[in-house]
Amino acid sequence: MAMSEQLADNISLKKKLQKAERRKKIEALGLISPLFFVMLVFFFIPIALMLYRSIDNSQMPAALPQTADIIQQWSGEGLPDEATYAAIVGDMRIANEEKKLGMVGRRLNFDLVGYYSLLSKTGRKIDEIKGPPYKEALINFDKKWGDTRYWTVMERGLKDKTLLYLLAAMDLKYDENNKIVKVPEYEAIYISIISRTVYISISITILCLILGFPIAYYMANSPPRTRNLLMIILLLVFWTSLLVRTLSWILVLQNNGVVNNFLMFSGIINQPLELVFNRFGVYVAMTHVLLPFMVLPLYSVMRSIPADYVRAARSLGAKSITAFIRVYLPQTLPGIGAGALMVFIQALGYYITPALVGGPRDQMVSYFVAFFVNERVNWSMASSLGVVLLILTGSLYLMFGKKVNIANMKLG
Amino acid sequence: MALPAHATSGEKVFYYGYRVIVAIIFFYLIFPLLTIIPLSFNSGELLSYPMQGFSFRWYEDFFGSGRWGLAIKNSLIIGLSSMVLATILGTAAAVGINRADFPGKQIIVALLISPMMIPLVITALSLYLFFGKFGLNNTYAGLILAHTILGMPFVLITVSATLQSFDYNLMRAGASLGASPLRVFFKIVFPNIAPGIFSGALFAFATSLDEVVVVMFIAGPSHRTIPRQMFSGIRENLSPTLLAAATVLIVFAGMLMLTLELLRKRNEKYNSPPGGGGAAK
Repeated sequence: MAMSEQLADNISLKKKLQKAERRKKIEALGLISPLFFVMLVFFFIPIALMLYRSIDNSQMPAALPQTADIIQQWSGEGLPDEATYAAIVGDMRIANEEKKLGMVGRRLNFDLVGYYSLLSKTGRKIDEIKGPPYKEALINFDKKWGDTRYWTVMERGLKDKTLLYLLAAMDLKYDENNKIVKVPEYEAIYISIISRTVYISISITILCLILGFPIAYYMANSPPRTRNLLMIILLLVFWTSLLVRTLSWILVLQNNGVVNNFLMFSGIINQPLELVFNRFGVYVAMTHVLLPFMVLPLYSVMRSIPADYVRAARSLGAKSITAFIRVYLPQTLPGIGAGALMVFIQALGYYITPALVGGPRDQMVSYFVAFFVNERVNWSMASSLGVVLLILTGSLYLMFGKKVNIANMKLG
Repeated sequence: MALPAHATSGEKVFYYGYRVIVAIIFFYLIFPLLTIIPLSFNSGELLSYPMQGFSFRWYEDFFGSGRWGLAIKNSLIIGLSSMVLATILGTAAAVGINRADFPGKQIIVALLISPMMIPLVITALSLYLFFGKFGLNNTYAGLILAHTILGMPFVLITVSATLQSFDYNLMRAGASLGASPLRVFFKIVFPNIAPGIFSGALFAFATSLDEVVVVMFIAGPSHRTIPRQMFSGIRENLSPTLLAAATVLIVFAGMLMLTLELLRKRNEKYNSPPGGGGAAK
């Protein structure tokens, strides 16, 4: 074959290969795209919208449009002018008819307590307020309308976006001069809820490690029959519904439950111990629920550690404890990392178990997200706490997710 | 882990002490489940020992009453539908991911399995707000979509795991013999990765059957599932019917585990043919 022909052949082969590779890529993307599309529409976009909801305030200028427009011109010093007062009376009349005044009042009340009652009172008797001049009429109706604090809040509250709820989720607020300050001690709750969530999650992770390490080690180093039996127990617990496990701990730990009955029968105690609906119950039940997530990755790492290294260390004169700490333990670190990350991230978002076996002071961030949706119908606040929770878990995942490949985690 | 004959007494204490500790931890794991099962057959109304007699009355209530019947029906409708959807979408995506390398693949994989990592309450809140705009709250469609998304990462992971030991030369062989890509998939790929697909499907079903946070946010009273009904039961009045429901779920978990174990064994056998041939990577 002539040189040039061979060259031409090579080139066409290369092209064919490239073409085949490209086709493979297109096929791959074609196979992924249906799922990706579903996830985009029903997962990523909803989450993005939820995050935006924490700062979205557009319903406020929509409810009081004229006031929102005109109050921009107010300097913030002294009271607004007559035109603003006239605008708010007109806006309130319409908002009252459209039943939006309650929503406006609730949102302003979040910034300044007293606003809700002011607006509903004014709205009810809006026809009694006659003008012009509306300024005098409103201030005569309620002197709060002559208080600049109320107008500062109104000005802030009629913007398209607001940081109010995100700030509140971190125990911060605006003061009278529009500066961001800490809320007074007696009003601060969210920082303590967030730190409680982190504290409980760290405690659960440590408990899972303390309980998980010995049993993973035992399973990894026992004969197949024992190993299989123990694995069956672990997986049975792992696959049992969260609700079932939570319920069973309530039964075991309640006042006339098995543990208390046993302790009273054996004479150790005279009165039942409070074991559930408190922090102790949360620790016991959550550790139980999350323990398999620690044991499974630990176990699979331990199974892959050859016994030779420890033997070598021993033959070189290391005591068994030294060999364990300096040779064996470092090799289990990937498993500890994977297990701890899984347990910690899951614990951060826990809701059901603490809600059922904890007391009021044991509830975590997720509980308050649900609380603001179901009890308060305050979606901005629920979303703001959602933002905090997502930042907490997301930053952990970004920091450690690379080292701990979750996608490769073995499931049972 | 056997104790050598020359063990010192300290080593002996450690050896037996360690076994006792392991036994206690396993006892902690299994004991609460074991207490629930006998109590579900209690003839009395109390949820504590000693038992007053044996009866099936709480099971009759679980399977016969309107509220629980509806919950069972809802759980099956939502669980099975979301399982089918998650399995189809997840399997296709897993095949795609393993088919070729393309830029941003790692990020796409991370995004696709993110429903596993994001706290349920965030998913629940987001879907609740989003579905509210389109009237999907309080509908089967909304619940099925939500559970499809939550179950799908499991399918993706299990199918990807089986695909890693799948020999792509088999596909080329099929194609070179003139089979269409679909025929290659159903005749060659599917039988090989079937254990992974079935395990993934079971994971997805189990996820749906156990999920309660999203249901709490987006389902109305007529779409309550078994765990949702249990949640209210535990909150409002602890009735022994809950124990019957719990026992049924424990039995289900046992069956699920055994099936998954069989699938895993089958997959191992499939991928290590006698003679060590076809060591596919």
